[in-house]
Amino acid sequence: MTNVVTLKINDQDVTGRDDETVLDIARQNNIHIPTMCHLEGLGDIGACRLCMIEFKNSPRMLPACITVVQEGMEIYTHTQRLIDYRKTIVQMMFAEGNHICSVCVTNGHCELQSMAQRLDITHIDQTYRFPKRAVDASHHLYSLDRNRCILCARCVRVCDEIEGAHTWDIMGRGVQAQVITDMAQPWGTSDTCTSCGKCVQVCPTGALFEKGKAVGEMSKRKEFLAYLVSMRESRKAR
Amino acid sequence: MITEELEQLAADEIAQQKKCKHRLFVCMGTGCVSAHSEQVKQALEAEVEKQGLKGDTQIVSGGCQGLCAAGPMVAIEPKGTIYQNVKAEDAAEILEKIDQAPIERLQDPTTDAFFERQTKVVLNLEGRLDPERIEDYIAVGGYSALLKALAEMTPTEVVDQITHSGLRGRGGAGYPTGLKWATVAKARSEHKYVICNGDEGDPGAFMDRSVMEDYPHRVIEGMAIAAYAIGADAGYLYVRAEYPLAVKRLGLAIRQAQKYGLLGENIGGTPFSFRLDIRMGAGAFVCGEETALIASIEGGRGTPRPRPPYPATAGLFGQPTLINNVESYANIAQIIDRGAEWYAAIGTEKSKGTKIFALTGTVKNTGLVEVPMGISLREIIFDIGGGIPNNRAFKAVQTGGPSGGCMPAELLDSPVDYESLKKAGSHMGSGGMIVMDETSCMVDVARYFMEFCMTESCGKCVPCRVGTAQMYDILGKITAGRASLDDLAMLEQLCETVGTMSLCGLGQGAPNPVKSTLHYFHDEYMAHIVDKRCPAGVCKIAAAEGIKA
Repeated sequence: MTNVVTLKINDQDVTGRDDETVLDIARQNNIHIPTMCHLEGLGDIGACRLCMIEFKNSPRMLPACITVVQEGMEIYTHTQRLIDYRKTIVQMMFAEGNHICSVCVTNGHCELQSMAQRLDITHIDQTYRFPKRAVDASHHLYSLDRNRCILCARCVRVCDEIEGAHTWDIMGRGVQAQVITDMAQPWGTSDTCTSCGKCVQVCPTGALFEKGKAVGEMSKRKEFLAYLVSMRESRKAR
Repeated sequence: MITEELEQLAADEIAQQKKCKHRLFVCMGTGCVSAHSEQVKQALEAEVEKQGLKGDTQIVSGGCQGLCAAGPMVAIEPKGTIYQNVKAEDAAEILEKIDQAPIERLQDPTTDAFFERQTKVVLNLEGRLDPERIEDYIAVGGYSALLKALAEMTPTEVVDQITHSGLRGRGGAGYPTGLKWATVAKARSEHKYVICNGDEGDPGAFMDRSVMEDYPHRVIEGMAIAAYAIGADAGYLYVRAEYPLAVKRLGLAIRQAQKYGLLGENIGGTPFSFRLDIRMGAGAFVCGEETALIASIEGGRGTPRPRPPYPATAGLFGQPTLINNVESYANIAQIIDRGAEWYAAIGTEKSKGTKIFALTGTVKNTGLVEVPMGISLREIIFDIGGGIPNNRAFKAVQTGGPSGGCMPAELLDSPVDYESLKKAGSHMGSGGMIVMDETSCMVDVARYFMEFCMTESCGKCVPCRVGTAQMYDILGKITAGRASLDDLAMLEQLCETVGTMSLCGLGQGAPNPVKSTLHYFHDEYMAHIVDKRCPAGVCKIAAAEGIKA
């Protein structure tokens, strides 16, 4: 049994069901909270920390994507503190990898790029790490360029939760962490990959892309995910 | 087994022990073993044969006596003589003079304060038992608390006792143990779990290792009582694989307890059943975080997940789960045995009981100490610890592991309790206490801890993964004399972001060593950045480069 609750987001009275998240309610009310690892249709992991929100009279911050609404909550989504932290985190994403937009297949369609624009990030204060990361072009349809990976784990989740193959996973710790296929074998030799391409379509950056695409030509088609999930839900309901 | 049988077993064991005129306890803890205490024990046993003392004198593989710096240690009971730095060659003399005055050569009166100034609850047996024999533990009243709880108390009464004792989580955060138990007890579910967090990983900390090695039954008894109180039927001891002796002894202890019917089905002839298993960590520090630990037991990658939901409502395999630290469980049996009032009388208003610290660094008496809450840092370091060796000056003390802070000499008189340490910019942590003298560079220390956090970050959330690496690089620049004031400003900004925005305690606490050293030792940072010199002479700054800020 779910109940309906009322709460305040940025001093605006809003209403929601008590199984919905703060992010759901905010989006229903046209309040834009930035997200990166979240994707409609996938399980949330609260890892990118961009959707963090503040509560009235509490020093604690929580990620909106997994915080379920409660009666009487008073939430702030865009305090100066939050805006500053978000900028620092997006800068971290840029500094961590090798993101060179001008030569990237997703230039113009990249979620990281548009996030930076939306948050008015014009330059990176942090020192670039310029890591040496491997490219895997062994798959006959797609390529993986780890230099552009921000470890949002959308590919891992879509492959596991939607396709059911669990080809993708994460290996290593800290800045050494990287996405891998099967037991860190070349993607093209993977026994579990079905070549469905879901991972490529949900990837927010140009880390995963279709072969044969030139600079700026790789736009992602994420719509399938919401459609697929809703169709499966309606089938389950029947 | 019921209480009467347990008492009979204890009486038999005591009678057996009384038959021996002397019992020599050779420490077989990891510290003393690495100082070759096994050879000492073998030499003593050979001498017993040779001198024909068999039956009269017993050589026991004992537990840790605390003063690890002076190992191998040998204690002689019932006289209470303690010998330090014992070598195999000393065996003959020790046994020959066993009825005479103690051998002065093997004693050190300057360490008397180390033994006298402590208040021992968890470590009260001071190594005077064989950890691999359940009978030794039963002889000193072991498992009587479990049978008492099962026979005379309701689960609610057990929880109430723990609540009234004022015990707070010994893993570091200091969450009230009674409240945690009550929350899990309230949760409705067919299955509940009890987990013991033995994934101690803070640099310089070895309290939990020692408790698990020396008192495996005390931990098991505490867990069984917890399971009864919250209604759990299964439990896991999560121990890091780097503690092979602890794993071995806990495994042995579980089998012994099962044999006596103190674990398993229908314990003490009651309907209460409790199954206990060991799970080994695979070398990830982050698995000490409770949600990562649960993921690891479930067989997944050891990464934390956001809370809420807390393990108390949805933990292991989605069931309500109680997770406590080793030391917390080790306190339980005595609280039940001796009562909550007795325990609450030790310590301060808000922090009750005792706390074990692993005293290390540049301090004379390194080892394991147990002190009442509220004792000052000065008493621990200078009275019990014997002060700083080599006539050097005290500079700082670091508590709380990689998420703790460094406290300067001005704070030596502040009390050791959860609130005071937090106010000082550090925290209790699991009990590591690293003393540093004037030859330590605080920027270098901060860099060391940041390197630890960077390599142990799981990589799941962005602030911790990238932020710790960026901060480590900036600290490296500072210690190399290549940093500018802009770098320092960036370091402060990263500290704020990583501390506030990270997913779990590892990232949230990672900036603390930097923040506390920046607060108390700001001059040292400025000396590195502006004057291009390291006041302690630790950092190699190439003056020839001549780069100015």
